[in-house]
Amino acid sequence: MELNRLNIQEARAKLDSGEITAQELTEACLEQIAATNDRLNAVLTLCTERARAEALEADRRLKAGDRGPLLGIPYLCKDNIMTKGIRTTAASKILENYVAPYDATIIKKLKTAGAILLGKTNLDEFAHGASTENSAFGPTKNPWDLDRVPGGSSGGSAAAVAADLCIFALGSDTGGSIRCPAAFCGVVGYKSAYGAVSRFGLLSMTSSTDVIGPITKTVADAAIVYNIIAGSDELDATTYQGERGAELNHDIAGLRIGLPAEYYTGGLDPEIKAGLDNVIAKLTEAGATFGEVSLTHTDYGIPVYYILTPSEVSSNLARFDGIAWGFKAKEAKDLQEFYRKSRGQGFGPEAKRRIMLGTFALSAGYFDAYYKKAQAVRTLICQDFDNAFKDFDLLLTPTAPHPAFKIGEKSNDPLAMYLEDIYVTGASLAGLQAISLPTGLMDKDGSKLPIAGQLIAPIRAENNLFRAALAWEDKIKMNKINFI
Amino acid sequence: MLTNEQIKHIADLAHLELTPAEEVKYGEQLSAILNYIDKLSEADTAKVSITSQIGGLVNAWREDEVRPWDREEVEAALAQSDTDEGRVKVKRVL
Repeated sequence: MELNRLNIQEARAKLDSGEITAQELTEACLEQIAATNDRLNAVLTLCTERARAEALEADRRLKAGDRGPLLGIPYLCKDNIMTKGIRTTAASKILENYVAPYDATIIKKLKTAGAILLGKTNLDEFAHGASTENSAFGPTKNPWDLDRVPGGSSGGSAAAVAADLCIFALGSDTGGSIRCPAAFCGVVGYKSAYGAVSRFGLLSMTSSTDVIGPITKTVADAAIVYNIIAGSDELDATTYQGERGAELNHDIAGLRIGLPAEYYTGGLDPEIKAGLDNVIAKLTEAGATFGEVSLTHTDYGIPVYYILTPSEVSSNLARFDGIAWGFKAKEAKDLQEFYRKSRGQGFGPEAKRRIMLGTFALSAGYFDAYYKKAQAVRTLICQDFDNAFKDFDLLLTPTAPHPAFKIGEKSNDPLAMYLEDIYVTGASLAGLQAISLPTGLMDKDGSKLPIAGQLIAPIRAENNLFRAALAWEDKIKMNKINFI
Repeated sequence: MLTNEQIKHIADLAHLELTPAEEVKYGEQLSAILNYIDKLSEADTAKVSITSQIGGLVNAWREDEVRPWDREEVEAALAQSDTDEGRVKVKRVL
C-alpha cells in the first residue's frame, strides 16, 4: 500500500512501531503531489526542502522515544493561513508574491507537535466562493470527476485529502468553506465552533464567522487535529478561555438528534435525502433517537450571510492598499490613484463584487436597511438554534443540496453560487460547530460522486458531535478513491 | 436596481478602479443579488435586538504594554514594501 493513503491513526501506529519513517511517509506524499497536481491544481506552493528537514527532525524525535499524536504526520494548509517564510497568496493576484513573515498560532502548534508542512492549497480568492473556481491561479479539479468542482472555498485542501496528497489538511470555514468541499470530495470536514481555534495568522474575511478546522480521511483524525489546534490564544482576543477538545467515544445511546424540517425541502436531491435516511436508520440502531424540529428562519440564512459577509469583507480587505505589502500598480500619479489602480488590478471579480456589495450595505442611507436588518434577522436565526437545542443534542441536515457540479456551470451567476451555501450558513451565523461526513456515492451523468450529511452541535458540545460522527462512520463505510 | 452613478459612487468609496465593462457587469449582478436579499424586509424583527456578538465570548485582553516582536519577523514584514531608513514609502498625497 502506498504510504500516502494512510490516515493519521494508521500512520501513527506504523511510525511508533518503527515500521515506517516520517521521511518515507513525507516522500510518499511528495511523490503523489508530483504525480497528480498537474491534473488537480490542488497545491499552489510546495515546500519540499523544508518538509524534508521537518521529517528528518521528526524521525530523530521518534527514535529518541518522543511520541505525540501528529509527530511525523505530513499535512497541507489552505493558502489563507500565514506560514513563516512561505508564500501565502490567498489565491489572489494581490498577494501573488507575498511571503508570510510569521506563523499563524495553529501552524506554530502543529510545528511543536511535529507535524510536517508539505505546502499550501488552492482556494477561492480570499475564501470567497463555493467551488474554488475564483482562484487567481485556476480552479482545483474534483478527483472523483476532473470536469467537476471540488467545492469551496477550501477546495484544494479537500481534493488533496481525497486524492491522498497528504495525510490531513487545514481549511477555513466562514459560511461552509470546509463542509462544502468535504461533501463534494467525499472526506470529513469539521467546522469548529466560533472562538474555539485561534485565528491569529488567518487572513481575515468575515471576522464574525471565520473559523479554522481540519479536513481529514476519518472522524477520529478530525478530532486528533482539532485537539492539537484548539484552545485560547492571547494573540486572538476572540478565543474562548480554557481548554477545548473532543473525546473519542463511539457510544451514542440516548443521544437526541433533531431533523430541521426546513433543511429537507425544496431543491434537495432525493438521493441525498435517501443517504440521510440511511444515517437515521443506522444511528437509531446504535441507540440514538430522532425527532423533527423547526428552524423557521432558515430561508433568511443566505440573505443575512450575503449582507454580513460582504460588509465585513469590504472592511477587512481595505488593508490591501498596495503600500506595505502586496500588488503595486504602476503608473499612478498620486496616492488616491495608486490605491484605486492597485486594488482594481489586484483583486479578482468575486472579491470586487463583495467589496462593492459590502461598501453599499454599509454606506450612508443604506446601513439600517441592510446591515442592521441582517444583524437583527441573525438574532432570530440564533434563537431558532437555541430553541432546537432545548430538545435535541444535535441536528442532522444535508451539507449540500446536490453533488459536485460541473466547472463553469455556475461561474457566471453569482447568486446561484451563493445559494450553494443554503444548508451551511446557519451554523456559521450562530457560531455553532458542525461536521460534514460522507453518506455514500451517487451516479450522476456517468460519474460516481460523493454525497454527504452534516451534524450541527452547540458551541461547547464537541463530545456529543464526535460521538455521533464516530458512530456514523462505524456504520456507513466511507468510499475511497484511488487517484493515481 | 442600482444606477451607473451609484456603482461609480460605491467603487469610489471602495477605492476600486473599474473598467466601463465592469461597471455594467457589477451593476447588473449587484442589482440581482440585492433583489434576492430584499426578502429580509419580510422578517419581523420588531421584538429582537441586533446580534453584535455570538456565543457569549468576552474579549480576552492582556495588559496594555509594549512587547518587542521578533526582530527577524519585523524585518521580513518590512522587506515587502519600499522603505527608506526603516520607514514605508508612500506616494505623494497632493
